[in-house]
Formats: sequence, C-alpha cells, structure tokens
Amino acid sequence: MNSHATTVDEMLTRSREAVAGGDKQQVEIGDQAEISGYQTVGIPFVENAKMSARNVDVYYDQKQAITDVSLDIGANEVIAMIGPSGCGKSTFLRTLNRMNDIIPICKVTGDITLDGEDIYRGDQDTVLLRARVGMVFQKPNPFPKSIYENVAYGPRIHGLAHNKAELDEIVEKSLRRASLFDEVKDQLDKPGTGLSGGQQQRLCIARAIAVSPEVILMDEPCSALDPIATARIEELIDELKEKYTIAIVTHSMQQAARVSQRTAYFHLGKLIEVGDTKEIFTMPAHELTENYITGRFG
Amino acid sequence: MDDKLHIDQHISQTFNKELEELRSKVLSMGGLVERQCQSALKALVDGDAGLAEVVATSDHEVNQLEVEINALCMEILARRQPAASDLRLILSVIRMISDLERIGDEAEKIGRLALQLADSHQKQSFYTEPGHLGESVLAMLHGALDAFARLDVHAAIGIAARDPQIDGEFESLTRLMLTHIMEEPHRVKSMLRVNWCARSLERIGDHAVNICEEVVFLVKGSDVRHLSLEEIQKRFLPARL
Repeated sequence: MNSHATTVDEMLTRSREAVAGGDKQQVEIGDQAEISGYQTVGIPFVENAKMSARNVDVYYDQKQAITDVSLDIGANEVIAMIGPSGCGKSTFLRTLNRMNDIIPICKVTGDITLDGEDIYRGDQDTVLLRARVGMVFQKPNPFPKSIYENVAYGPRIHGLAHNKAELDEIVEKSLRRASLFDEVKDQLDKPGTGLSGGQQQRLCIARAIAVSPEVILMDEPCSALDPIATARIEELIDELKEKYTIAIVTHSMQQAARVSQRTAYFHLGKLIEVGDTKEIFTMPAHELTENYITGRFG
Repeated sequence: MDDKLHIDQHISQTFNKELEELRSKVLSMGGLVERQCQSALKALVDGDAGLAEVVATSDHEVNQLEVEINALCMEILARRQPAASDLRLILSVIRMISDLERIGDEAEKIGRLALQLADSHQKQSFYTEPGHLGESVLAMLHGALDAFARLDVHAAIGIAARDPQIDGEFESLTRLMLTHIMEEPHRVKSMLRVNWCARSLERIGDHAVNICEEVVFLVKGSDVRHLSLEEIQKRFLPARL
C-alpha cells in the first residue's frame, strides 16, 4: 500500500473515531428512558417521503436510547432535529445511514426505508448506502490528503469517473456547490487539513456531495465554527436543499429555526413533537418543546 | 400571568427578571392610562377645570413608559432571541403599548376639551350626556387590562363583544347632540366639543378591543385582528349548551 492510498478501513476508522467522540452522552441515556407508550405531537409523516422511519427502537446493550420513533424525511426538505444532550437525536440521525453499525453493542429495530426500500435488509451494501446517504460531522474531518484528493476519493472508489477529465469536473463541481472552489482553486494540491475550520467543513460537504448522494445527514456541522463560517454553511444548506434532502442535528435552536422547514424535538429518546419550523418556534403544542426552546426548566 | 406563561421558569434568572420587569411596567402603564381616562371623564361630566388641566398636561408619563417598554422589548429581542410564548409576549406587548399610548392621547384630548368647556361656561347639563358611554368604555378598558393580566381568553372575547354596543351608544349620543344643537344653536361649539369627547371615548373602546385581541394572540398564538367577532367566538369559545 503506498502512502497516498486511503483504504475503506482507514475511512471507517476515521468515522468510528468521529462517532465515538460525540457518543458519550448517548450511552448513558438508557438510565432515564422508560419503555412506555406515547404519542408524538404533530404529523411525523409527509407525502413525498425520501426516507421513512417506523417504530424505531435503538439499544446500546440493555440501555434503550431511542423509543418507538416514527418520522419521515421529506424529499428536498431540510429537517432539523433538536433536543437536550442525550435525547437521542444524533443516535436517530446515525440510524439513517447505518453509522450505528460501527458500534458493536448497538441494536436497531423497526423499519427504515430509503425510497421505500429497507436499508437494514441483509443484502444492503452499507458502502453504497452511505454514498446515497452522506454524512457531515461536528468536527471537520478531512482526510490527511490534498484538497483535490479529499473530493476525488469517493467518486474514484465508486467508479463515477472514467478518466482524469471527468474526475476533475466532479471535483470542481462539488467544490463549487460547496461554495469553496473560488477560495481553493489555486491550491488544490495543498493539504485539506491546512484550511480554516469553516473551509474544512465546506470541504467535507464537497466530499459528501462528490458521490452524488440523495440525502445528506449533518451532525452539528457548525458547532466548531465561528458565526461567519456558520452563516456560510447555513447559506449553503439553503442552496443544497434544491438538489438534496438534508437532515440536520443541531444544538443551536436559532440555527434550526433559520435553516429548516420542519423541526423534530426529541426528549429522552422519544420524538415528542414534530411540525413546521415556524409553528414549533412560535406556537409549539407540547409543553416539553416549549420549555426547551424558551430555555425553561424541563 | 405567572400561572400560565411561566415567565419565572427560565434557567436564566436574568431573563426571568427582565420579563418580570416588562410585565410589571406594562401593568403600571395600563393602570396609569386607566386613571387618566377616569380623570378625563370625571373632569368632563363635573365640569372640573382643575382636574381637566391635570389630565391635559400629564400625558408625558404614559409616553415615557411607552418609550421605556419599547426599549426593553428591543433589548430582549436582541439579547435573548425569545421563542414561542416569550416571543408572543414581546410582540403582544409592543402592539399593546401602542394602543395604551393612543388611549392616553384620547384621554388627553378629552382633558383639553373638558378644560375648554369648563372655562367657557357655567357647567351645562349636556356635559353629562357622555357619562354612561364613558362608564361602559372604562369598564371595557379595565376588563381588557384585567384579561391581559390573567391571560383570560374567555374574558377578553367577552369584552371585545361589547364593542358594537359602544358604537351604537356613540351614534345615539351624536343624534342626541344634534337635537340639542337644533334646540340651542348658540351652544353649537360646546355641544360639538362634547361630541368630540364622546368620539374619543368610542375610540378608547376600539383600543380596548385591540388589547383583547392581543390576549387571544398571546395565549392561543392566532392573529385575530381582522376576524369578525363571530369567527373569533366560534374558534376560541367552546360552544356552550
């Protein structure tokens, strides 16, 4: 193996680190979660669902992290998932491209479909799944490679380009779509890790876009960024929704209010309320939602 | 208000204090405006020049409170980015204080007219004609402020429902003043002044209705400012058997 090659294993290791890093809270939440019937307030289903979760339970060993969550992710919408630490929002997000598979003690039950097809079926290729359902993490995690290679890696392993010219085109298009091209076009051979935090995060978005995903999952994509970089990512999210479906987990309620069309509020592993973002932030129906978004004691 | 809005339940104690300060300022502005209206009406029907002068010249306190409350709302919006019931509270307060300020203006107008009336003649019997209308309007204003303080949607809608009666009373009063003018044409100026007072009272009633609509918005989250009374009742008052 030469030093420039990045293997799938290496990619997985990086992802595993990213997952493990943000996962400490989730493992603890089973303590409080109780298994009981409850009703989500609002309508979790949409007509043009891109992905559908039905009666999803997630366990870390014996501990239940998600209880009976049913939710549609509509095509070309931005849906925000909010809730206090340990509410299960990130865990739920990761079930959508089977990122939880990496955690051996994690068990997912219920149905999750992409375009009507079960993504947990036995013959589902998870590498292909994750190409269709891409992910952007909290901390920008570019590969320790050139800017060009960061973006070109995915299309190359998925055979999306037949020659150098096609690959160049994909790289440029992806960087443009991530609003990064103009800033890096003269330094495509420089390491991705040398960029600023906001640029690195846009590079990660370009990397996710490069394999033409249908859904992009974002797990607190701006929490490590300054307000200007955050505004650029939010502007980008707005543009990306024309072409992609986006599910974003965020701790910033203002961010959820700004970027999403629908908002889902999670609490102790349950989907408490879901609805149009403007309704959720002006007239939420559930007391727990109201308490959370207004900063009251829950 | 504490019972339903839970403005003292934020994790941030400073935010609790700011909202409590806002609430108490709005209530004291309401109380001040109410007293202005009472004094204005009393000065008119009693032909009390001294009281009229006080009312005609003390509107600045109300104006000052409006400016202060506005600034506080802006500060809270900028620093707290309130959502849900907190956001609705701020919006309804911003609109309500503008109604209260305009009620204050109407009271000031009545005060000025009452002063002119008290100065120009001996007290005339027709000064008392708007008395009943005035009492009804004062009761509406009091009820509207009370409904806001208690977040009582039922009471708010009940008070808004009295407005047609106020309008009717104002029309009868205008007809009555016309009759007086025909009988005693040399008093036309004073009689017109009395009628302008009645007009101001009727306007105060309209502002009280606006306050009631803000109560519905604050509690129910619906903007009912341009709905008919029947529609509001149908939506927010459960049918009673």
